Amino acid sequence: MQIILNGRPVVTEATELAGLLREQQIDITVVACAVNGQFVAKSGYAALNLQEGMRVEVLSPMQGG
Amino acid sequence: MFYGTSLTSRCLLGTAGYPSPAILSAAIEASGTEVITVSLRREGAGGQAFRELLSQHSRHILPNTAGCHTVKEAVTTAYMARELFNTRWIKLEVIGHTDSLQPDPFALVEAAKILCAEGFQVFPYTTEDRIVGEKLLAAGCQVLMPWGAPIGSGQGLNNLRGLQALRAAFPEVPMIIDAGIGAPSHATQAMEMGFDGILLNTAVAKARDPVAMAQAFGQAISAGHTAYQAGLMMQRDMAEPSTPLFGLANLS
Repeated sequence: MQIILNGRPVVTEATELAGLLREQQIDITVVACAVNGQFVAKSGYAALNLQEGMRVEVLSPMQGG
Repeated sequence: MFYGTSLTSRCLLGTAGYPSPAILSAAIEASGTEVITVSLRREGAGGQAFRELLSQHSRHILPNTAGCHTVKEAVTTAYMARELFNTRWIKLEVIGHTDSLQPDPFALVEAAKILCAEGFQVFPYTTEDRIVGEKLLAAGCQVLMPWGAPIGSGQGLNNLRGLQALRAAFPEVPMIIDAGIGAPSHATQAMEMGFDGILLNTAVAKARDPVAMAQAFGQAISAGHTAYQAGLMMQRDMAEPSTPLFGLANLS
């Protein structure tokens, strides 16, 4: 299925968020996630089922004022 | 001082816009700051280097919700920041206007209510408006961060009377001037007025020599605070000789 990861369309074999992050080789210790604008805690990655067109944001610490 | 955390330095430093990570690193040291602000963004170039820099400097991290224009965006960002940085602190920005980056006070108060109820320790970026301040305190905020001037403008304290009135209205509430500071003298002025800290970024990051400017701000903030504690003299309309008249010779 296709989802939107950080604004880019991504075709994935994964069925849940944890699988998507593994597939994308994202180190989950240095990111936080939101799906369709809602925060998803790390403990919820395995249980969050992906759906076509879902908007997934994976954010990292960056410079800020 | 801020939510039970006492700090030696009253300078809070932003981490954006420096010429290089090495200069940012040196500026953090030179300013003496114990609190640095960070944002949450999609991973970009230099993400790994920035994480290493954060782990090298054992400073308190104050994550921001910069760029958020709605309550939902700000609240979601705050949750993400709490998990990622393992802190209850959040610098709450809900921007109302793209050009002025002026806070949206209505959305700010609403987001502050939600986050305080969820156990966050909210540092709200607000205006000098006293009523907004009251509502933020009622929402559970224990710190206020009024702006000096629009973010990144370097104009200093645009509404001196308004800031004085806010300071006087809530003498027990820790207040940090956040945004608009352009020169160390602006920071000193705010500290002399009894503000408890200064949060700045651009004035240091965009200086010709950010490290030296960071040091200058650290000193200016410290000087202003010491002056406030020492108690400034009252201004007078007329001159008054500082040298005693008693014992003056008659040399006419």
